[in-house]
Amino acid sequence: MKHFKEFLIEKVIWFCGVTSIVIVVLIFIFLLKEGLSLFKHVNLVDFLFGRKWYPISDPPHFGIFPLVLGSLTVTLGATVIAVPLGIASAIYIAEIASPRIKEILKSGIEMIAAIPSVVIGFIGMTTLVPFIKHYLNLPTGLTAFSGALMLAFMAMPTIVSIAEDAITAVPHKYKEAALALGATRWQAIWRVVLRAASSGIVAAIMLGIGRVIGETMAVMMVTGNAAHIPESLFEPVRTMTATIAAEMGETVQHSEHYFALFAIGIVLFIITFIINLIADLSIHRHRE
Amino acid sequence: MIIIETQRLNFFYGNFHALKDITISISEKSITALIGPSGCGKSTFLKALNRMTDLIEGTKISGHILINRENVLDGKTDLVSLRKKVGMVFQRPNPFPLSVRENILFGPKIHQIVKPNEYESLIENSLRAVLLWNDLKDRLDANALKLSLEQQQRLCIARLLPVKPDVLLMDEPCSTLDPISTERIEELMRVLKENYTIIIVTHNMQQAARVSDDTGFMLLGELIEFGKTPNIFTNPRHQKTNDYVTGRFG
Ligand SMILES: Nc1ncnc2c1ncn2[C@@H]1O[C@H](COP(=O)(O)OP(=O)(O)O)[C@@H](O)[C@H]1O
Ligand SMILES: [Mg+2]
Repeated sequence: MKHFKEFLIEKVIWFCGVTSIVIVVLIFIFLLKEGLSLFKHVNLVDFLFGRKWYPISDPPHFGIFPLVLGSLTVTLGATVIAVPLGIASAIYIAEIASPRIKEILKSGIEMIAAIPSVVIGFIGMTTLVPFIKHYLNLPTGLTAFSGALMLAFMAMPTIVSIAEDAITAVPHKYKEAALALGATRWQAIWRVVLRAASSGIVAAIMLGIGRVIGETMAVMMVTGNAAHIPESLFEPVRTMTATIAAEMGETVQHSEHYFALFAIGIVLFIITFIINLIADLSIHRHRE
Repeated sequence: MIIIETQRLNFFYGNFHALKDITISISEKSITALIGPSGCGKSTFLKALNRMTDLIEGTKISGHILINRENVLDGKTDLVSLRKKVGMVFQRPNPFPLSVRENILFGPKIHQIVKPNEYESLIENSLRAVLLWNDLKDRLDANALKLSLEQQQRLCIARLLPVKPDVLLMDEPCSTLDPISTERIEELMRVLKENYTIIIVTHNMQQAARVSDDTGFMLLGELIEFGKTPNIFTNPRHQKTNDYVTGRFG
């Protein structure tokens, strides 16, 4: 009887595991099949480096270069803002805050993570966008910079909580050894604790970036969605995700435009995959 | 010459009286062993000497600790220079999870006591002093955690040396090592005694008898007896010391 129960539980768990793998593989196959069909009509170089994204003009242009640049600009901007802030917060929570403040901050961070992205986008649209337009004296507040700020806000919880875990996981004995050598608290944190936690911190950054680059709703609402190549952070841009979300509803199934959106999906998939891979390798190194 | 002197040192963890009126004088360039059953306050005493006890919340300390005739319990004591002067080796080897090189350079870098062009010779001298140079000279960039436990413990001693301590506190430094490594660390202590004052806490009475010049026997927070090691082991004045060294309790 007991054996049977064990057997059953084992099989159920096995089934769940296999199902999730099968689903991922099916999604990937579907994505590839639909996306690669585009290249019967358009060549890869024109697709990746074409500067015009006019999917419904005649003849259509499917150059995603402006979209890739849009995504990169927003992601890079968000990273530059979120990484230093996020790591500083993680250090504060893990090493400096009193237990009570630590609890409050940690639940606060979890709450930020729980805000739906459409709500963040909405808040950004109604508060941040007019603010930026007014104070930076721009023709529009719908800019890459606005997107970067909102996304930084969304990446922070991921970065803070994972980096905080990594810092907290550093055994106390290293810090103790540093202090016993006459290090100040800050020297012990900076030269020993952070270095011991470095691979976990890299993973935190990568997962934060992964979250940012795949984000759709909030960016769509605050970046202006102009598919042109941005010359500065303070111009509207359009990201790959926003393009897919905005246009998928209007395409004819199995049209070139439809295939092109899937092809963008493949590009996104590859980028996210690489980022997650770096995070994984880094966590793995940490465990060793 | 007396280098460390405590007078009526008392220490409390909250309400728990962990050190009771400890008065002791330790001579320069000698090895002092502290023995006594688990929980009698040996580690607490060591940590009080370099004020690592400050890191524990809710503790109280009173009395005097004079190191080179300066009272280190004084509010004005600079903890950084105190800990440079009084180095500490922990029970479990705790090298930083960095390279051998970085471990040795940690002290000199934070205290900015040597120029970068002297780093290499400093590393060599420190490793030679703990008899590790021949083993590690080709592995200076290896992660210290990859070394054997004995090598790690030696490295922990080596990284103290560049900051030029006068005193080395060792809290059961051999308790995680095998007998052969233990013997080799003891030899190292005899070598280091030429230049440093060593206080070692040990559970192992043979070890105390083998390496130390003076021995203190502690029990329940008190220093019961302190004297020349041969006397403590063969001719103790107190019955309790006698019971402990002859293995009747503890
Ligand atoms: N951080 C602490 N908080 C409260 N009590 C402690 C703490 N550290 C040690 N003690 C208590 O102080 C006493 C002496 O401990 P310790 O100095 O570690 O003894 P030893 O090293 O001789 O085994 C023990 O009874 C121990 O329980
Ligand atoms: Mg102890």
